[in-house]
Amino acid sequence: MRSLEIRLGGSGGQGLILAGIILAEAAILDGKVSVQSQSYGPEARGGSSKAEVIISDGPIVYPKVLKPDVLLALTSSAYKSYKEDVKETGLIIVDDSVEVEKESKVKTLKFPILRTAQEVVGKAYVANIVSLGVIAELTKIVSEESLEKAVLKRVPAGTEELNRKALEEGFKLGKVEDKWVEQMI
Amino acid sequence: MQGNEAVVEGAIRAGMRFYAGYPITPSTEIAELCAEKLPFVGGKFIQMEDEIASMAAIIGASLAGLKAMTATSGPGFSLMQENIGFAAMAEVPCVVVDVQRMGPSTGMPTSPAQGDVMQSRWGTHGDHSIIVLSPSSVKEAYYVTIQAFNLSEKYRTPVVILMDEVIGHLRETVNLDEYGDIEIIERKIPEDIENYLPYKDIENGVAPLIPFGKGVRYHVTGLVHNEKGLPTNDTKIAERLIKRLVDKIEKNKEDIVMYKEKGEKEGDILFISFGSTSRAVEAAEEELKKEGFKVGIFRPITIWPFPDTRLRKIYPKFRKIFVVEMNRGQLYYEVDRVVKREGEVENINKANGEFFTPCEIVEKVKERIKNGF
Repeated sequence: MRSLEIRLGGSGGQGLILAGIILAEAAILDGKVSVQSQSYGPEARGGSSKAEVIISDGPIVYPKVLKPDVLLALTSSAYKSYKEDVKETGLIIVDDSVEVEKESKVKTLKFPILRTAQEVVGKAYVANIVSLGVIAELTKIVSEESLEKAVLKRVPAGTEELNRKALEEGFKLGKVEDKWVEQMI
Repeated sequence: MQGNEAVVEGAIRAGMRFYAGYPITPSTEIAELCAEKLPFVGGKFIQMEDEIASMAAIIGASLAGLKAMTATSGPGFSLMQENIGFAAMAEVPCVVVDVQRMGPSTGMPTSPAQGDVMQSRWGTHGDHSIIVLSPSSVKEAYYVTIQAFNLSEKYRTPVVILMDEVIGHLRETVNLDEYGDIEIIERKIPEDIENYLPYKDIENGVAPLIPFGKGVRYHVTGLVHNEKGLPTNDTKIAERLIKRLVDKIEKNKEDIVMYKEKGEKEGDILFISFGSTSRAVEAAEEELKKEGFKVGIFRPITIWPFPDTRLRKIYPKFRKIFVVEMNRGQLYYEVDRVVKREGEVENINKANGEFFTPCEIVEKVKERIKNGF
């Protein structure tokens, strides 16, 4: 039975828990089984925030992520805290503001996620949706159609177009030629 | 669906039409969703000034004929204890959800724990019995909530749903239709209301509860009372009342208890755990099985009254028993009471605000048995 573990790390207010929920719901739309869990500090914004998703073909016994196949880190502190946990065959996706180790055992890719949200889409708060686009494009863990449906179901009314654009920009960023990505899939 | 959301879905399916509460992490979603959903089914949501008032409000609503619920976490659960005692004494059906976080006191608000096992049993003063249920998945949270309402109506008692942060906040794929038709227990109003005695043992150790406003006048009090509900200092009546309050649950234990078993029926290791921890235990069982150990799991869903009859039957076939819980050892004492062979029950504990990993459990088991069983 195949099972993929994804951890999304950043700071509170970046919408990563919502991103986790959307990712898990997209997997359900694809006919998979998924669980989503989270941990966060007591503060509403600014503390560390972590969302986890497991996507599987069958029942999921242990609901937390132990060794992520995919780590998204939008902040340096998330990168530092979680990079050691990632499977050697896994993938780390970071925002380009994060300084990464030169010699990492794990494939690490940098993308201007926060910048794209702010400058291309026009709202910093859609960085979570841009991230989902990048992850889906790179890893194919969920289909683009299901992801779009799941995004539109969860975002506040009136922000659909904005979020659709954010997702598109994410897909664009994630389109990198990389043999490694194919191996993982 | 999220665990907290499943509780609300289950409660509404069971007929809950009144919710009073004071929001607290990690139970807040229950209040939010009740506020959102209850108006659509003709129910009422009230945000109270604190947890003492919340508990008082659901007791009042229940006496007026509605199925009522509140939800909280450790600090609020402490405040509710006085009125939980009142509900136990006055035999008012109600459901209290405690989504446990790390304590004591305000502890770590967003971190999981299972430290309220004993508080759920003995948090309020005086001799009484109570029913406490602990789900270990989102799906089960739905089912357990329906049963909590059923049991509270059947035995006229407060029922506690002892969740934890992990299950409360976990989102899982669920299909609620899987359960099909679940029986919902409604209040029966007896035909002869002229001679109604609200505190007489008529069925299941209790009398049917006629709501206020249905034409019967009776007295409700936290004082020791006779069958009419009127206060008394008569020691014989007091003796009879307290015995009935305890017996109505303890003597109907076999009707009340729910548990699940998994893995081997006999062998090396029997794990006992509940709530979210049992998910880590199940993963640990799979690891230990690969290494050749024969492992069984006993998971009480009903924690109080504890399913001791069943445990007594199965434990002798195992060489070692491990009670795994996210506290410093609470259910351990109950298991130890049931298993009378010295040195056989070991506890595996964690109380730092972090959820167990399967690997930790495997390591601890191996360390304890490294010199043989």
